[in-house]
Amino acid sequence: MFALGLLLSAPAAAQDGADAGAAIPQVAPPSGLVWQDLPNDAGRAIRLEWKASPDDASGAGAVRGYRIERAESPAGPWALVDSVLAGITSRVDQTVRRDREYFYRVVAITPEGLVPALSVTGPAIARSQWINGERWSILVFTVLFFAFVLYYIASAQAGKKPFVRRIPGIDAIEEAIGRATEMGRSVLYVPGINDIDEIQTVAGLVILESVARITARYETPIKVPVTYPIPFTIAEEMVKSGYLNAGKPDQYDPDSVRFVSPEQFAYVAAVTGIMLRDKPAAHIFMGAFYAESLLLAETGFSTGAIQVAGTANVHQLPFFVVACDYTLIGEELYAASAYLSGEPKLVGSLKGADLIKIVIIGVIVLGCALETAGVTGLTTWMRSQ
Amino acid sequence: MKRELPLFMTAVIGLFMIVSFFVPHQWVSVPADFLQASAIIVVAFGYVLGGANVLRVNLDAIGKRERDWPYKVVLLVSLIATVAIGAVEGRGFLNPGMKSRWIYDQLYAPMSATMFALLAFFIASAAFRAFRIRTVEAALLAVAALLVMLGRVPVGNLMTGFLPEWAQLGSVQDWIMNWPQNAAKRAILIGAALGVMATGLRVILGIERSFLGGED
Repeated sequence: MFALGLLLSAPAAAQDGADAGAAIPQVAPPSGLVWQDLPNDAGRAIRLEWKASPDDASGAGAVRGYRIERAESPAGPWALVDSVLAGITSRVDQTVRRDREYFYRVVAITPEGLVPALSVTGPAIARSQWINGERWSILVFTVLFFAFVLYYIASAQAGKKPFVRRIPGIDAIEEAIGRATEMGRSVLYVPGINDIDEIQTVAGLVILESVARITARYETPIKVPVTYPIPFTIAEEMVKSGYLNAGKPDQYDPDSVRFVSPEQFAYVAAVTGIMLRDKPAAHIFMGAFYAESLLLAETGFSTGAIQVAGTANVHQLPFFVVACDYTLIGEELYAASAYLSGEPKLVGSLKGADLIKIVIIGVIVLGCALETAGVTGLTTWMRSQ
Repeated sequence: MKRELPLFMTAVIGLFMIVSFFVPHQWVSVPADFLQASAIIVVAFGYVLGGANVLRVNLDAIGKRERDWPYKVVLLVSLIATVAIGAVEGRGFLNPGMKSRWIYDQLYAPMSATMFALLAFFIASAAFRAFRIRTVEAALLAVAALLVMLGRVPVGNLMTGFLPEWAQLGSVQDWIMNWPQNAAKRAILIGAALGVMATGLRVILGIERSFLGGED
């Protein structure tokens, strides 16, 4: 998709911008300008590449940089798109409109002034694509994964309940709530510190419904401090739903879910304050956590509460493992709601994930074998952006 | 209908957003971008609800003279003052010389830094517990941690400088971080990514519907 470069003589380009009224410095201009419609986009970008000026030697200082100029006809008028430092020979113009013809030229910037462009390239046209060719492998695996999940959900609906291994961390949630009930204290539930666009927050809020159902059954108060407004409204619904499903809607306390602050350390101050003042007997952390994970878990540890945590943020897992009694690692967080509900359809989706994991392990082993044998086709196909 | 409509919308929009990941064409990407931008409007309404909750909960506690109620007065005064000053100053409220900027620099930033700084002490206490060698696994963890910590500071290389390069602490910690650590981390990440997809699919297909509240 490379366009033919239209070679124009330097004096012919003397219209505006780059060369208006300036004496022409004795520096060779850049050459070989070519364009390419950036693939796999909605026709919003054109990639430009050129050969540097022969005087653009490292450290020489004869060329300071390049101006990339654009026009809608080879004769101009030319408008500045961008400029780059010397030594750089490519740029992506992300200010184009799709299906429109553009012409480009590159002008060298020197201490004495601008060197007129030697060549103009065009017409360059950015077109929209229907399929992102770099994502075929993801598409295949996604379709396969969805097929597996749907198959297991259908088989669960048909009465074939799949086996799921015991997850001690999830079993410990009920134990923790039971302990809080025996001690006559509350349960603190922290659904992470991210907004609802983070899937870990969604998982944390879904688990909250099951936790609220158990606290309702045991008639134990629950406190849910939340960072962002949207998770706050959903958390309210979850807790309300838990009490309703436990058959005790009248025991729902509207103050149990509190909006605190989206600011990380303000939230930490509030939650650690609740831990130290109210002394809940069980702390449950489920969602996305960052630097505050250890602040929360260590403060909770110092109060003697039983602590269950779950996150898919790999860097925070060690902190939870150290400071909490039980930790759900990565995918266990997403499995928790299905595990707690025991609903066959939800459990069926876990089996689909297990099966695709086996496929992925097989592909990894096959890829290693092929790479070792010098066959790179699979690795290239799997590489995506 | 109260449940079917949200489920239907979730399914349609969810599937559309999945398709937009694979189809860059403007007929798909432009509506997808619009949907993502629309979320900001929903969030703006959410802040009103959040602010109302903060006022209700704290005013209630002040009215009932609950324990530590004076702190809640401080919270509400700070909240209202910050919002009011920001609203009066309007655009550019965080420019140098503005009162909002002063609140941010002189109050908010130091308080955040103070909370963050506490992490140093918590890391020390957590490390103390983590490295108590009571089992084989704990012993392996402690030894690996010791090697990595020593390998990442100059004294580690100084101690083992006389050894062949592969046996020096710098190389050993590189090996631990690049191979066993990376393998375990990637396994967790692959599992978590599949968990993300499974959770998303459950929500899109309406199998996970607890977020709608109540039973069918």
